[in-house]
Amino acid sequence: MTESTPHQLAEIREEFLALETRDRLQLLLEFSNELPELPERYREHPDLLERVEECQSPVFIFVEVDGQGIVHLHATAPKEAPTTRGFASILVQGLAGLTADEVLSVPDDYPNTIGLTEAVSPLRIRGMKALLGRTKRQVREKIAA
Amino acid sequence: MPVELDPAPQLAQFAHPDRLVTGEWLEAHLGTPGLVVVESDEDVLLYETGHIEGAVKIDWHTDLNDPVERDYIDGEGFAKLLGAKGISRDTTVVIYGDKNNWWAAYALWVFSLFGHEDVRLLDGGRAKWEADGRAYTTEVPQPTPVDYPVVERDDSKLRAYKDDVLAHLGNPLVDVRSPEEYSGERTTAPAYPDEGALRAGHIPSAQNVPWAKAVAEDGTFKPVPELDAIYREGAGLKEGDDIVAYCRIGERSSHTWFVLTHLLGFEKVRNYDGSWTEWGSAVRVPIVKGADPGAVPSR
Repeated sequence: MTESTPHQLAEIREEFLALETRDRLQLLLEFSNELPELPERYREHPDLLERVEECQSPVFIFVEVDGQGIVHLHATAPKEAPTTRGFASILVQGLAGLTADEVLSVPDDYPNTIGLTEAVSPLRIRGMKALLGRTKRQVREKIAA
Repeated sequence: MPVELDPAPQLAQFAHPDRLVTGEWLEAHLGTPGLVVVESDEDVLLYETGHIEGAVKIDWHTDLNDPVERDYIDGEGFAKLLGAKGISRDTTVVIYGDKNNWWAAYALWVFSLFGHEDVRLLDGGRAKWEADGRAYTTEVPQPTPVDYPVVERDDSKLRAYKDDVLAHLGNPLVDVRSPEEYSGERTTAPAYPDEGALRAGHIPSAQNVPWAKAVAEDGTFKPVPELDAIYREGAGLKEGDDIVAYCRIGERSSHTWFVLTHLLGFEKVRNYDGSWTEWGSAVRVPIVKGADPGAVPSR
């Protein structure tokens, strides 16, 4: 599949890259605060959520592909894990409204390109790559089902 | 002049009670000249969400590690970092953080490599401070820079390299990772990012004592009799032992290093910070899979 960065993810990248390293952390914190609560139907079904083991903090995701082929990513992480929440929030916002094909075409190394490797460290960025990788895997499973 | 020690009776049982302070003591001593409080977390944004008043942030990835080589910063880098945070060579430093002080202990271990004399942990870290209803602020202090001397790191006593561990085989090793990592059960599945090591398992003869066993429910360190039961009776460590602890990248094992050295008083404990991400990818080093420690290979 050809890789292409969807419009919203590209915009988020522009926003980060326009800032100094220190301010990028503040922007990540804003994303973190914007992570939406899980929809009610999942709050009562923790069994549906997949734990992203690569993140040291407990973060869980669940992916839906609706009748129109639009992907909905839900993620939850505790407030004690603001960085992980920030990563999840970037993906939730950046993937909103995209089709399964568009999500699958997001480059796997997108997390490395948004100017956070220096501010956050490459090791921690791996957590975001894991989130993206597992999201895409769930999308593949859902459309194959 | 070091700031006075915390006289709390529950600390007196430990081998080096001067290495811990309670939240009560810290709250009462905030702002004392000669004291700097440092927050060090797994999560790089947690400090920004709120921290102890006056505390400065030191991040182990972005501050204590060399950005290019897999090593810690050098004496010059350490002097620059600490000076900028308002820490002098004789400053009393109290470190605290998230996850049972996991990363705080790591920072303390790095401070110890540079021989910073008076560095203590806040017992219970962030979790206990919060549970006790103590305050946070989001105001970031602007410390007046001071001079910190350039002191070169001494890795010889507290740090083990891979070759040291090979030479150490036959002496006690403590693997502080989870039982699944120790046995080598955890492997890479399709579409899952790799775990950072090419092989799974543990170093032959290592005892598996997950690091968090040393911590009580409330985040504080367990009392000495319980720690003895875990490390002496359980893992068979004896007075006078030469011990190496390791985990995946050396962070969890610096927590165990702290427990063995400062709480139980073992005098020769080294942290192998290369840990599994180095050992599990190194060529021709012995590895054992499964729940049993396994025998020391004959050489």
